[in-house]
Amino acid sequence: MYLGLDEPVRECQYNQICTRNSLPMETLGHKKKKIPRRKWQVFPGRNRFYCNGRVMMARQTGVFYLTLVLIMVTSGLFFAFDCPFLASNLTPAIPVIGGVLFFFVLGMLFRASFSDPGVLPRATPDEAADLERQIGAANGPSGPGYRPPPRTREVVINGQTVKLKYCFTCKIFRPPRASHCSLCDNCVERFDHHCPWVGNCVGKRNYRFFYLFILSLSFLTVFIFAFVITHVILRSNRTGFLSALKDSPASVLEVLVCFFSVWSILGLSGFHTYLISSNQTTNEDIKGSWSNKRAKDNYNPYSYGNILTNCCAALCGPLPPSLIDRRGFIQSDTPQPVSHSNGSSMYASTQLHTHMAAATPLLHSNSVMIGGGGPPFPGKSSLVVPCASLAPSQPSLPSMPGLSCAGDMLTLRDPDTHCHHHHFASPEETPSPSGPMPLTLPCAAHMTHGGHIHPAQLYDPASQDSLHEDSVRGLVKLSSV
Amino acid sequence: MATEFHNLQELRHSASLANKVFLQRDYSDGTTCRFQTKFPSELESRIERPLFEDTVKRLNTYYAEAEKMGGQSYLEGCLACATAYLIFLCMETRYEKVLKKIGRYIQEQNEKIYAPRGLLITDPIERGMRVIEISIYEDRGSSGSCSGSSSTSGSSAR
Repeated sequence: MYLGLDEPVRECQYNQICTRNSLPMETLGHKKKKIPRRKWQVFPGRNRFYCNGRVMMARQTGVFYLTLVLIMVTSGLFFAFDCPFLASNLTPAIPVIGGVLFFFVLGMLFRASFSDPGVLPRATPDEAADLERQIGAANGPSGPGYRPPPRTREVVINGQTVKLKYCFTCKIFRPPRASHCSLCDNCVERFDHHCPWVGNCVGKRNYRFFYLFILSLSFLTVFIFAFVITHVILRSNRTGFLSALKDSPASVLEVLVCFFSVWSILGLSGFHTYLISSNQTTNEDIKGSWSNKRAKDNYNPYSYGNILTNCCAALCGPLPPSLIDRRGFIQSDTPQPVSHSNGSSMYASTQLHTHMAAATPLLHSNSVMIGGGGPPFPGKSSLVVPCASLAPSQPSLPSMPGLSCAGDMLTLRDPDTHCHHHHFASPEETPSPSGPMPLTLPCAAHMTHGGHIHPAQLYDPASQDSLHEDSVRGLVKLSSV
Repeated sequence: MATEFHNLQELRHSASLANKVFLQRDYSDGTTCRFQTKFPSELESRIERPLFEDTVKRLNTYYAEAEKMGGQSYLEGCLACATAYLIFLCMETRYEKVLKKIGRYIQEQNEKIYAPRGLLITDPIERGMRVIEISIYEDRGSSGSCSGSSSTSGSSAR
């Protein structure tokens, strides 16, 4: 039934779908086992991860350490020099309340700094291709030098027309209120701003922590300021002002720090309280998206109408989970997103697993084919030809997709094989001939990196047959480009 | 009807991917999670419209339930704030519970309705809640010809 067609007997019947969850561990020539990698290690944004993916921050964290130092030093001095006097002369509740505030501030700071602000994962190649197709259909055919107009979609929310912009880096239409942070190179949901003091973006998932941080910090600052002044005054009543200062020199430093901080932090808290009560983000407020000055009937479609509901929604609403699954293991059949940025070269091993429709016609023929039957070896759009078609003569390749990828790249240089491979143009430059022309093109650019990482210890003719299917599976994924 | 598979296992092991359909988000209600219920043309020959729409509507209901702001979510939020969010080390948020429910629902739908028709729904959480991805499979022996459209290749299966 399967071979009722006029094709020669196929030597390879391969499953395109690899449903095995564990990475195959064949280690031809490898001395040690390959440890499956976690997704944070190949994350395309410009973030830093610590504690094996549990902590996520922006790249520049210097100012965050400054914040931490300022808070800890000032509070430390307060507890060390002022609290003993205040506890004995006024009430021991002062250090207790101070302590609670201090720990709350630190807790909120860490929560705001270390958690995922609501990063939107980049589109998988399939999705990006689908969107490109839709946009291409909408825009009509264009010449090679024509730059398409900025891509937007309009949606009506609560009576207001909102424009959704297309993000060229992440290859998605940004949801409303999302924005692309240029510092972190990520699209963030409900993007508020990028805060260097906190060392992270402030977005949907960590906005409440940020707000509670600045609120509690303003309380703490005012608290320390007030009680240090009280301390100095009480001492000067007994011993005179100058000797009071001499007895507790730290108080001067604390007062200075608190005095200069309190204006900015209190101001920021007030500003964000206003934003929360009107359900706006800093981004929207700065741009004046919903201000009356723009248009007469301009209003904020996201506001719930009353201040209390807006506050509750921002602070006590449900906390959505992280969409990027930092600590998950990279599955061999998980499509990894396309990365345009100067991301990591570690992409090599994970870029292959795209199940493109174009793959299907490639698989079921012994001849070398490129694309969906388009002209062979077009100038710019090119594919790595599946070596599966040469399978009988080709020794097996390991089933580690990254290795097989690299292996392909290396072996394809062999003139005996009829494989051809080219470096890919970026998807925007490549005119898409028909149907699902793949957007995994950047994959190949990264493949060469993979080639350097994984040298070709790939051939074991003795186990050719047994590994053939696996290798072909890897190749199939490769060929789906 | 086109290709028939009897269960999910069979689908995964003996089928080849022909196409993928993406259901985009519907933002007309704001930023809450909803998916468009428009029936894609590629699925016309594969599944009945009411079944499909029922699945998507049910998913939308679950997401609305996860993001609902009411007494329970406020209580959870205030309790969490009072414990400096340490309570989430012990218990999972309501959102996570509903997401698990959604995962089970999608699995069940795949097993009962979609796999027998050669389709597979991917949980939106794996795609960053951007799309519902529906993969269309063909019996691999049948697609000797170019399977640009799923309806034509199905007919050459036998």
